[in-house]
Amino acid sequence: MRDADGPDENTGGFALSGAAWRTGVREALGVPAAVLASGYIGFGALASDAGFSLPLAIFSTMTIWALPGQIALIELRALGTAAPALVLAVMLTSARFLPMTVTLLPILRHPAYRRWHYYLAGHFIAMTGWAVAMRRCPQMPVGERMPYFIGFAAALWLACLAGTAIGYYLSDSLTELVTLGLVFLNPVYFILILGGEVRHRLGVLSLLCGAIAGPLMQLVTPQWGLLVAGLLGGTVAFLITRVWRSDVGRS
Amino acid sequence: MSADPELWLLVAICGLATFAWRGAGVFLSGGINPNSALFTWLGCVAYATLAALISRIMFLPVGTLAASGLGERITAAAIAAAVFAITGKNLFLGVISGGVSLVAIVWLLGRS
Repeated sequence: MRDADGPDENTGGFALSGAAWRTGVREALGVPAAVLASGYIGFGALASDAGFSLPLAIFSTMTIWALPGQIALIELRALGTAAPALVLAVMLTSARFLPMTVTLLPILRHPAYRRWHYYLAGHFIAMTGWAVAMRRCPQMPVGERMPYFIGFAAALWLACLAGTAIGYYLSDSLTELVTLGLVFLNPVYFILILGGEVRHRLGVLSLLCGAIAGPLMQLVTPQWGLLVAGLLGGTVAFLITRVWRSDVGRS
Repeated sequence: MSADPELWLLVAICGLATFAWRGAGVFLSGGINPNSALFTWLGCVAYATLAALISRIMFLPVGTLAASGLGERITAAAIAAAVFAITGKNLFLGVISGGVSLVAIVWLLGRS
């Protein structure tokens, strides 16, 4: 065992990349943190409105670290959904983390890291940090990529913990009318992101199918509505695109 | 309700369930094609689930949001989308204007 080499190599790697880490933090604490934190202010207000305690709201941001899943958790809880259906629906909202992690990880890989480093980094993978890292990291030396990503994502994470607390306090201390505006930040946030950023046909089709199925399935089966709507809408969109593609291939 | 250990457990399980995707991604990375049909389907389901959730919140809200009318929510969302478009896709301004618009509309109509 050459254990002595491990830490040396690690500190060497991290010392060299101290600047990359700080670059990540600096780039996060601007527009990306402001935007995402505004979503989490809405989440904090929603959690307070639903009767969650502040520590629990913050705990959910720390552990789930995915705004759609966190909103689904609170909404489904408010609807009285049974735990298994709730957990599955929350899980489905973040299914994209699997392909996202699979594509980002090879870019971050460096011999200095151990296995658990990657799993720790994996926890910080969410939409904003992933998109920025996919764009920025390939231009950097390999040793600087992980520190940059961790700096960026951890700074976002902390900003959103603060956002959760701020939204919670605002909703708790101000009038019902203000709470209404804060809670509305969540749907607006996703309508703008999804409407503004998703351009590929498959994504647009999935969104449309889901948006139609959501309220309908809620009326059909309040317990399993979100789960069924997501599976059904996503599968229909997937199949339509398959058929369309094979038609094009044949002609 | 706030000190409910059952609710803490539920949140922790949701955290683990979400991490399962990330952990599986780390485990599988390198040995699997991220453009496979299975992953494409997963992406579709994730998008559809999120859209279903947001659409349901807009059309059939529960809690505080149910105090606003459907027309009011759609108008506020349209204002947000307009601000988003006018400001060159400034998400922060768009989101804030959506919240402010809904409050203003509900307040102007004197229902709160």
